Amino acid sequence: MLKGNRRVADKFAITLLGASVVIIVAILVVIVGNIVIHGVRAVTWEFLTQAPRQGLTAGGIMPAIVGTAALVILMSIVAVPLGVATAVYLHEYTPAEGLNLAWRRFRVSKGLPGRRKLFFRAASALLATVTRSAVANLAGVPSIVFGLFGLGFFIQFIGRNIDRATQPPGEVLWGQGSLLWAACTLALLTLPTVIVATEEALRTVPQDLREASLALGATQWETIRRVVLPSSLSGIMTGAILGISRGAGEVAPILFTGAAYYLPYLPGDVTDQFMHLGYHVLILSTQSPDVEATKPLLYGTVFVLLALTFLLNLTGVIIRSRTRSRLHR
Amino acid sequence: MKRRHEEAFGRRERWRLRQNAAMTGLFSVAGWVAIVFIFLIFVFTFKETIPIFTDPEVKKEANIGKFFGEPADGPTLMDRYVWQPTSEVPKVSLWPIILGTLKATVVGLLFACPIGVAAALFSSEFAPPKLREVIKPVIELLAGIPSVVMGFFALIVLATWLQHTFGFTYRLNAINAGLALGFALVPIVYTISEDGLSAVPRSYREASYALGATRFQTAWTVVLPAAAPAVFASFVLAFGRAIGETMILLMAGGNAAITSFSLLDPLRTLSATIAAEMGEVVVGGAHYSALFFMGTLLFVITFISNTFGQWVINGMQRRMQGSAS
Amino acid sequence: MTILTTTGEFVTSAAPAASTTASPRPADAHNPPKIVVRDFNFFYGESKVLHGIELDIPEKQVTALIGPSGCGKSTFLRSINRMNDIIPGARVEGLIALGGKDLYAPHVDVVALRRRVGMVFQKSNPFSKSIYENIAYGLRIGGIKDRRILDETVERSLQRAALWDEVKDRLNASALALSGGQQQRLCIARALAVDPEVLLMDEPASALDPIATQKIEELVYELKDNYTIVIVTHNMQQAARVSDRTAFFMLGKLVEYDNTRTIFMNPKVKLTEDYITGRFG
Repeated sequence: MLKGNRRVADKFAITLLGASVVIIVAILVVIVGNIVIHGVRAVTWEFLTQAPRQGLTAGGIMPAIVGTAALVILMSIVAVPLGVATAVYLHEYTPAEGLNLAWRRFRVSKGLPGRRKLFFRAASALLATVTRSAVANLAGVPSIVFGLFGLGFFIQFIGRNIDRATQPPGEVLWGQGSLLWAACTLALLTLPTVIVATEEALRTVPQDLREASLALGATQWETIRRVVLPSSLSGIMTGAILGISRGAGEVAPILFTGAAYYLPYLPGDVTDQFMHLGYHVLILSTQSPDVEATKPLLYGTVFVLLALTFLLNLTGVIIRSRTRSRLHR
Repeated sequence: MKRRHEEAFGRRERWRLRQNAAMTGLFSVAGWVAIVFIFLIFVFTFKETIPIFTDPEVKKEANIGKFFGEPADGPTLMDRYVWQPTSEVPKVSLWPIILGTLKATVVGLLFACPIGVAAALFSSEFAPPKLREVIKPVIELLAGIPSVVMGFFALIVLATWLQHTFGFTYRLNAINAGLALGFALVPIVYTISEDGLSAVPRSYREASYALGATRFQTAWTVVLPAAAPAVFASFVLAFGRAIGETMILLMAGGNAAITSFSLLDPLRTLSATIAAEMGEVVVGGAHYSALFFMGTLLFVITFISNTFGQWVINGMQRRMQGSAS
Repeated sequence: MTILTTTGEFVTSAAPAASTTASPRPADAHNPPKIVVRDFNFFYGESKVLHGIELDIPEKQVTALIGPSGCGKSTFLRSINRMNDIIPGARVEGLIALGGKDLYAPHVDVVALRRRVGMVFQKSNPFSKSIYENIAYGLRIGGIKDRRILDETVERSLQRAALWDEVKDRLNASALALSGGQQQRLCIARALAVDPEVLLMDEPASALDPIATQKIEELVYELKDNYTIVIVTHNMQQAARVSDRTAFFMLGKLVEYDNTRTIFMNPKVKLTEDYITGRFG
């Protein structure tokens, strides 16, 4: 009889746990469903290709789409090469054995030749550990702080100094919000994602492929370029796409670094300001004089933004699962 | 036999070696990027707060004493601690904002932690593999919802529903914002807890079954405690994310910096305040420096919390690699 | 003990009990030796792994390195093309000279060295590229882009590795689609493509089935006409079948080095005889 009670309690507890999953799925379905249902109606060809009119209660969101696309492309150009390079450095150029072991090797090598080399190895291992920690911390910085940094560093410091050097006095070209600085700020935010995913991809390349290449007389760079990178390309692409999808949805970093609510022109230069889907949603939601009138447009914008990020996310996930299944074969 | 390609190789050799040295240098520089920028972020965020300590003009309006002290008189807490930097006599107490941040974070964590761990436990211990393959993408999709979209949902849909169901006085309050925040935190708690639970060696479970324990008993009393570091780390990282979250709390919190312990009142968080007010401040003024001070505070808190979380995770990984399966 | 020699005879050995020290110079060296090793020591950090190795490796012959596991024969092999450089804490003392030049001299170009001394690994490791591109890899690095030269070299290398007939119709197929034995022959062809003077083989057939092993052994026998080969093997019969000289290593020391026939039929050192007759190892 005791057994029966225990089994019932067991089943009950498991059901409760399962309920949590149901709750999560329900949340997702409700959110996405609500947006899709109300947003699909607003998404017409006109909506996607025209500029807003009538105090943003009519027309379309084309400039916001263009602005978001331009921003994301620029961000990728900065973030992906830098992130891949950092990951390559961490995985290919620093000792694999970790700081403790490298330091111990150095300590016990007292009085032996080759000590200098071991010292540099240990120093390099230390740099790698600190770098990895810095990457993890970069990943945890609040997005608004990135925005502050973009304002304080890129715009006020670098931008103003460029202006001081290249513009007539009083003229401000680089020292203000623009596509360029917003893209740089966002690139910093997505850097950790790209770095971590790339390192994971590099790890899947077996060590003896590198040895085979070196044994054929290739240099380390040649080995990386011709063997390691081509082999890990899909993993790297996954990381890039996931990073990009994250960056496309972030609004806080661009609040003071270049996003604008209504511009009568499209950005033509990296120094121009730009409209942005997410920023548009924010302003329409919180500062619109007539919420009911702008609701259809708002839902439409949210729908487009969500569709964009989901599409990117989905692509990244598909590539990643295809890569993993290929490896496990 | 003459060595065929000797000449061709010889000519290029020096160029190849030089190219290799150049690329090694380039990669070594790239390796410094993360460290340099973390350092720069701290420096430049902190730099703009220096006037609070040095500039007499600024210090008059905004200083540490005013941030954390008791500037005004009044019968209630709400009257004494006020954040109103744009009024005639600027009031710059940070307490209402800090309180708001804590309220939203607590609500968010109260929702996300139990549900996230429960889902992770279900996923790793009880779900058939096919179901697991479905749950993971669902969680990832949830994680992929941009926070501005989540904030929008909370503002337009969730607030109305909550008010309709529970009859709140204020549509936008800590419950609304905290709940939406919780939705965004669930994936973090789930992912890291699930990793930790899956990493518990099979032998633990087998030992428990062999002693006659049921599946749930095993999961609850053996597996979960074994994965405690991971679960704890997930909470810490979720906390860090909650503190720094901007959009959701800006849009769904009600935007009122008032000192109130009630969860039914609107609130303002540190990041939301920065987001809302930075657009209208004078560069270099007291308000400007005060906002940067809040930013520095945010950076330091999340830095500490994330470093701690990473430390726990690293310790956990090292222990896992040491233990046999 | 009965062994099968390179000429296909079954021979019974009658080994003397007397022991002599190992001699670096085999009895009938006509030409100057290709590789000269003098008092070579190897260290992993503090532990000494190779002690005072001395031998001369003759040109265009097959030299086998045998010994129980952990005796240092692979470490020694990898020292010849300086593959041990990538291992942390590795340190050498003494001389290894190729064609008269010290390989560990301060300004030696390791990249060029590894072209002259090729290596085939224990487990085949083709790149995740096509068969053609695997073989052309070494040439492309050297900047050779001329399609005619590449085609020619690929064909010649595959023929030398006795793989041409099997793959000539699918040069663009992935190298990973080949069988284990074919992959190993591909790796041999890949090493041959850059035209090395010396070929180092680290237990090339240990991961293969007997038929594939036989093919590899035949290959080694043919290749020695054009290349100096040093082969590490834990399979004594293989060493006896395939090599001209054999070096017996134990615990990091070179115990005996002589013509293969002598080592297997008439070893001068008791330790060698014990190993050969299977008393240990």
